[in-house]
Amino acid sequence: MPRLSVEPTPEEIFRDKRYREMGLSDQEYERITAILGRKPNYTETGLFSVMWSEHCSYKTSKPVLKRFPTTGPHVLQGPGEGAGIVDIGDGLAVVFKIESHNHPSAIEPYQGAATGVGGIIRDVFSMGARPVALLNSLRFGPLASERVRYLLEQVVAGIAGYGNCVGIPTVGGEVAFADCYEGNPLVNAMCVGLIRHEDIQVGRASGIGNTVMYVGAATGRDGIHGATFASEELTDDSEEKRPAVQVGDPFMEKLLLEACLELVRCDALVGMQDMGAAGLTSSASEMASKAGVGIEMNLDLVPQREAGMTPYEMMLSESQERMLLVVERGREAEVQNIFKKWGLHAVAVGTVIEEKVFRLFHKGCIVAEVPVDALASDAPVYHMPSKEPEAYRSHQSRPSWRPDDLDPARTLYRLLGDPTIASKEWIYDQYDYMVQTNTVVAPGSDAAVIRIRGTKKALALTTDCNANYLRLDPEVGGQIAVAEAARNIICSGGRPLAVTDCLNFGNPEKPEVFWQLEKAVDGMSAACRALETPVVSGNVSLYNESGRRAIDPTPVVGMVGLIEAPDHITTSRVKKAGDVLYVIGRARGEFGGSALQRLLTGDVFGRPPRLDLELEKKRQQQLLEEIRNGRIQSAHDLSEGGLAVALCESLFGTGLGATIRIQGDAIAELFDETQSRFLVSVKPEEAERFEAHVADAVRLGEVTAEPRLIVAGETGAFIDEAVDRLEKAWKGVLPCYMDSKTAN
Amino acid sequence: MKTAVIVFPGSNCDADMYHAIRDNLGQEAEFIWHEEKSLDGFDAVMIPGGFSYGDYLRTGAIARFSRIMPALVQAAEAGKPILGVCNGFQILLEAGLLPGAMLRNRGLKFICRPVELEVVNNRTLFTSLYETGETITIPIAHGEGNYYCDETTLSALKAAGRIVFKYRDNPNGSVGDIAGIVNEKGNVLGMMPHPERAVDALLGSADGLRLFQSILKHWRESRAALVR
Repeated sequence: MPRLSVEPTPEEIFRDKRYREMGLSDQEYERITAILGRKPNYTETGLFSVMWSEHCSYKTSKPVLKRFPTTGPHVLQGPGEGAGIVDIGDGLAVVFKIESHNHPSAIEPYQGAATGVGGIIRDVFSMGARPVALLNSLRFGPLASERVRYLLEQVVAGIAGYGNCVGIPTVGGEVAFADCYEGNPLVNAMCVGLIRHEDIQVGRASGIGNTVMYVGAATGRDGIHGATFASEELTDDSEEKRPAVQVGDPFMEKLLLEACLELVRCDALVGMQDMGAAGLTSSASEMASKAGVGIEMNLDLVPQREAGMTPYEMMLSESQERMLLVVERGREAEVQNIFKKWGLHAVAVGTVIEEKVFRLFHKGCIVAEVPVDALASDAPVYHMPSKEPEAYRSHQSRPSWRPDDLDPARTLYRLLGDPTIASKEWIYDQYDYMVQTNTVVAPGSDAAVIRIRGTKKALALTTDCNANYLRLDPEVGGQIAVAEAARNIICSGGRPLAVTDCLNFGNPEKPEVFWQLEKAVDGMSAACRALETPVVSGNVSLYNESGRRAIDPTPVVGMVGLIEAPDHITTSRVKKAGDVLYVIGRARGEFGGSALQRLLTGDVFGRPPRLDLELEKKRQQQLLEEIRNGRIQSAHDLSEGGLAVALCESLFGTGLGATIRIQGDAIAELFDETQSRFLVSVKPEEAERFEAHVADAVRLGEVTAEPRLIVAGETGAFIDEAVDRLEKAWKGVLPCYMDSKTAN
Repeated sequence: MKTAVIVFPGSNCDADMYHAIRDNLGQEAEFIWHEEKSLDGFDAVMIPGGFSYGDYLRTGAIARFSRIMPALVQAAEAGKPILGVCNGFQILLEAGLLPGAMLRNRGLKFICRPVELEVVNNRTLFTSLYETGETITIPIAHGEGNYYCDETTLSALKAAGRIVFKYRDNPNGSVGDIAGIVNEKGNVLGMMPHPERAVDALLGSADGLRLFQSILKHWRESRAALVR
């Protein structure tokens, strides 16, 4: 094969172990030589290195991911395609997936976050679905750090800049702040789409002789080796990998989106896949591998943004807003006409061939020739060693912690001032959460709700994960992440349908980290089975470490629920003075991993709260039934900060107050984080029937016209505060950190 | 009433406008691609929000050169109701159909939230169903909605009652708290808030619906006058 002047020869790659700088191990290199029966050239080494990176191949996480339940009567498409698909009746289906863009965001936060949003949108419309909502899940270090404030500001601006322009509402998400994310923030983006069953597309390159077409932005040198970069720990040198971060163009994405959705209605289209991680290489080889065929491509035909690009650069570029199509031979002009309307070019770059090889031509020569399955389905799989960490043992054996006497009112103010608990209005004010005019419940309630035009139905959407619990016990924490997401859906009046997950962990080559991954997945799987929410799509982000420190295990759960009728839509906010307040479930005095423990001790330790999945399911079903019966005015799950914080959140923005009386251990009732608890308000005339149906409901008091929060215990009132003062404390936190130096 | 909703590459509130007119107002609406040359047969024209041409160069600056623009100018001259919302307002400014320009929001950030507006003038074809001085809630969603014009223009706008909507609590730094203005003839309205997002109480506010109903009322009255 011809040699490109600056690139090392196959012999040099072997002799100088040049494959190592691309992230391939000696063992993997040997395996490649065995597959090819010769030494790979530079381009081929590049193809293998990106396709065998963890980001593309899931080589270490695959055996663990198999533990997830992925099927169900309503699942139309499980993991393995661009996104998962779930039937919602009326001939419609919901398409969704979550994905990480952590490492790019750590280096270049605006573009990293923006292109993360762009990528997940393409995953959804490559299935033929119209994207209808975006969510995200973000983690940062403490806001006291100037660098962290810069990251937060830029990440939010990047998400807003992209999603707002494409015209997809960003309707929900979650943000938390903790030390472990300081050097390695997490930026996970989720996209939800709607589709008619008959429009569902798959990324397959079927039909020998069919044409491979390239559409969207031209290929540049940006993002080369992005997938490999995402599969390493972050170091001081990572800044130098800034060229591995792509630059987004949301306007191009919008044109591509509209053109592709028009194309879906044209039967000349055989298959479509986003050029995401590992760009042209992964889209082409995966489409061929899934269809059991091969692909030949002429790289001279690939639209290029820069002069003199080598095959290596073209194949490894992660330039954004590109899509690969397989089109029936002879019908290319029909496709070109659709794209022309949107000012885009569709270019034939290759052909589907019978021989299962991936063959690339450049300037009249073959520059790469490898078996497609070797790149895609036959990538190596590793069974990593797993070891229970010392820390886990010590947390398990620690006696349970509870706070000493504390001033409940003052404690409440301090909890409301915790950035993780505080209002996120500063963030979601920057997102257009209303475009498409379907957003019924905007950010700030338990789950976002969007109506489905032309039906009576609505979707409830949420992302959740409390990593404090996972840090102490990844299995229980994994269960809780799923259960909490489901609680949010239930509180909005929906039935949980299915899950997409983003598994953010440290370096899996460390046995303790791999153990965390295994346990978290076991816990999540158990909860998904119990709550009948299969995992239909997801993403794995490993190597989230910086300065030798791994992040806490953070498996973010994105969940979608179905609301059957508009009058089932429920929010966390109380509605009317005189309504009766209940808490479902009693506190057991569980403070391990709680916001209160973190606040008072500066750390989390001990065992996290227990979760009884049977009880969880029973309470969720009961509450949903009561919502559907029209008895519930507001519903809110108790999470970080317990009942006290939940009460405040339910009152803020309503102009109302509440007077409640706590029986028993007031500190535990107010601040602990016992699981499976809900705060609800009920119409007074329905109170009796509600109590009869929900045996675990404890009457707390009532909603009042006077906007004060009054909490009395057996010994008298210990919280008596004006609601607007509490709200001001809660709302002021992020603006105080973020805007203190700006004019506004 | 037959309404045209002009679609530019990057428009993203086009479908919202279309649905507001069809589903909530109960009138005919049709998308008109920016490459069309005629708006004949339409009784009203809507320029929806979004990011036409990606907001590249300057908001609305490229869209004003679209092939449809001469027809839009003609429709304006013919006295047809023309409503530009958000990016649509920015395009009307760039096209010179309304005076002034847009700056970035005072806080330099995109803002999306429902805001309170004062109806300053209800003697326009767009606002006849509101009361002057009434407070209505309509959402905003923009990064460049900080309206600017010079003192002379501002005085002229004020004197002629051409300031139609004002912010109760100015979110973006607009001169004179201006949220929406009309042209001299009163048939071209540009506004940053999105009335098409406020046509259904399920989504939080239906205060925007009366704007569309006012246009419809005007159309019915002028048609009745013609028949007579």
